[in-house]
Amino acid sequence: MAMTANADVILGMDGAEKHFHGVHALKGVSIQLRRGTVHAICGENGAGKSTLMKILMGVYSADSGNMYLKGNPVRFLSPRQALDAGIAIIEQELTPIPDMTVAENIFLGREPMRAGIFVNYSELNRLAVEILDRIRIRLDPARKMKTLSVAEVQLVEIAKALSYNSEVLIMDEPTSALGERETDVLFEIIDSLKAAGKGIFYISHRLKEIFRIADEITILRDGEYICTKTVSELDQDTLVSLMISRKLEGQYIKENVPGNEPLLTVDKLFSRNRHNPISLELRQGEILGIYGLVGAGRSEFLESVFGVTRPDGGEIRVKGKRVTHDSPYAAIRNGLAFVTEDRKLSGLALILSVRDNTSITSVRKFNKGPFVRRRREALQVREAIDFFGIKTPSERQLVRNLSGGNQQKVVLGRWLLSKPEIMLMDEPTRGIDVGAKREIYKFMSDFAGKGNGIILVSSELPEIMGMSDRVLVFKDGSLAGEVKKSEASEELLMKMAT
Amino acid sequence: MAGDSDGTGGFARFTQFIWELRIIIALGVICMALSFASPYFLLERNLINVLRQVSVNGLLSIGMTFIILTGGIDLSVGSILAFGGVVAASFVSTAYKDVPSIHHLGAIGLGLLAGVLLGTVNGLVISRIRVTPFIMTLGMLSIARGLTFIYTNGMPVTDLSRDYLWFGQGGWSIYGDWFLPVPVVVFLLAFLVAWIVLYYTKFGRYVYAVGGNARSARISGINVGFVIFMVYVISGFLCALGGILLTARTSAGLPQAGVAYELDAIAAVVIGGTSMTGGKGSLLGTLMGVLIIGVINNGLDLLSVSSYYQQVVKGLIIVGAVMLDYFQADSDR
Repeated sequence: MAMTANADVILGMDGAEKHFHGVHALKGVSIQLRRGTVHAICGENGAGKSTLMKILMGVYSADSGNMYLKGNPVRFLSPRQALDAGIAIIEQELTPIPDMTVAENIFLGREPMRAGIFVNYSELNRLAVEILDRIRIRLDPARKMKTLSVAEVQLVEIAKALSYNSEVLIMDEPTSALGERETDVLFEIIDSLKAAGKGIFYISHRLKEIFRIADEITILRDGEYICTKTVSELDQDTLVSLMISRKLEGQYIKENVPGNEPLLTVDKLFSRNRHNPISLELRQGEILGIYGLVGAGRSEFLESVFGVTRPDGGEIRVKGKRVTHDSPYAAIRNGLAFVTEDRKLSGLALILSVRDNTSITSVRKFNKGPFVRRRREALQVREAIDFFGIKTPSERQLVRNLSGGNQQKVVLGRWLLSKPEIMLMDEPTRGIDVGAKREIYKFMSDFAGKGNGIILVSSELPEIMGMSDRVLVFKDGSLAGEVKKSEASEELLMKMAT
Repeated sequence: MAGDSDGTGGFARFTQFIWELRIIIALGVICMALSFASPYFLLERNLINVLRQVSVNGLLSIGMTFIILTGGIDLSVGSILAFGGVVAASFVSTAYKDVPSIHHLGAIGLGLLAGVLLGTVNGLVISRIRVTPFIMTLGMLSIARGLTFIYTNGMPVTDLSRDYLWFGQGGWSIYGDWFLPVPVVVFLLAFLVAWIVLYYTKFGRYVYAVGGNARSARISGINVGFVIFMVYVISGFLCALGGILLTARTSAGLPQAGVAYELDAIAAVVIGGTSMTGGKGSLLGTLMGVLIIGVINNGLDLLSVSSYYQQVVKGLIIVGAVMLDYFQADSDR
């Protein structure tokens, strides 16, 4: 790629450098976004993708390097300036104001006014419907954000970014909270934006998506610019090997063989307004996949099983013994573990250390009376860190400072120490890089291989099909059917789920 | 991966170390400045006096640290202190006729029980009914104060037994002018116990976990409600203990004692670097916060600065300390 400015380049960056606390986060990265294209940025966690985007949108300023907008040098000192110059972002971290309505969130800070003082609510809601219609989302603009599902919140964020009519859109993991159907809608929107001559920077860990919608791909590794190629020049394996600089054999690791002994039996478990009566059986050595669209009641079902919410009826049996899970504590005592969907919201205490997060469920096991045996604790935590290869300078490091993949490994490490036999895993690889994904798949396979069981909830079809021995499909809070591994295909699962 | 480099050099590590010691250094600098400004500051008698003065706020601040670490707040500490104090005093007073005079240890026990009781009410309402801590303890601030006035009829409880007064006025001579007052010993013992609870027991871990992320704590099998309940009970106990020391030192159970004490307790915790949103902070920081407030009050007294200015200075220190933390958090990202 030529480094010279070019008529159809909307936004360009030359030789961006950035240091944080002695960490060299960007080492002379250059990138050019062309009109009417989707430019994907690929790299493992910590490769510098988010830092680069944050410089483009004015959150950070680069230590050195030049930025051009339509050929003119620019420098943004705040996201506001970037926005005014026509650069909008859909962020990875959702930031809705829970008590405001959908419409208020979309037009926050630029509400239509009456007489310059009063918010014109009817106009506000009309505009919101207009923008939601454009992306074909049916949502009452007067609904409070806190009543929306994660996917709906994500869609509202997308609507908000679109409402600025910006020339450049930055999308950082826009689909991480979306199901297949919502993702399709988003891609249609992206196609129409391309047709309208806008440029889009797209960051995603889901490589399939990238091959579906991107025109060009820039690859970063450890803060370094590796190359920019058009999609037709690359295939998935080449891309992955460029990102991680080591060749991967198949992505999924699966060696466990399911047995016949039931480990966990759920009989007509139901929770009012959350999911209908559901029965299933998890066998020893089995990975049982649950597939469904966002809002199909998958996470809600896991929460009922684990005692996060108290079910309104039904039975749970662990190895044939009837149990009542009226709190997560009870479930943990019966040998269950729960890797939740959102590690930042419900998985980890980000401001606490790796040690505190890792030992929290098992601290009662190695204490003496009320006292913590700190040496034993330190050994166990060390064991978990080594087991998962968690990259942290010390166990006293705050979890907040780890990358997504390492954070997820801390969650797994915590449950490893509580020695469960049944793991409920809700989107265990969401938003983490390929290398860490593989390690998690390996752990799952090994764990089940020892006669334990896993219930895997995932929105990623390849993951569900690659890892599960059987797949259950959820639809509208009910069990829609069961598919054997040998019969599973993406088309079949999608058809059952919709 | 033992031996992994974390990308920080020797200098960065040194600045980090200094940063962690910043409160201790701040205290040292303040003390040094005061020792130059006033010849009395470093006198044994004055230093002991500072310690004695901070012991009551110290006890409240310990409880406040536990509560703020869970992400809560306790505005009722001053009122519970007053209530616990007058209840204990009433049982050793020959002037207070509504209750019999009993052994001073029994009276202290009853005073502590009164504090625990009010703390229990706080804890139950906050953890079970989910009333926010700010509102509940704001209500309790008024309720406990009212109960104190009702209990004493608005009159000071006087004529306390000599054995009881020892807890506020007694002590041990050690060497020369060095004298160890009972309230200081009580405070240090309470601090030691709190330290052990917070850093060496699983309960202490749970306090941090609940403040760090209550939802994650619950899914990790922690009884979040119980932890929240307990910190208010602990605070109630320490408030009453502070009240008992205060009545014994002033030789009277004053119904208006401890008004606005919650402010100093919160200030000490905040100056000590504990985050108001919970999960982050330390008891050592609180101890330093308590001492900084005490030393400043004392120093300004010695320099005959009016108490009006003292309030301004204290306020500036609180805001300054928190601003420093924000700068650090900012550059952390």
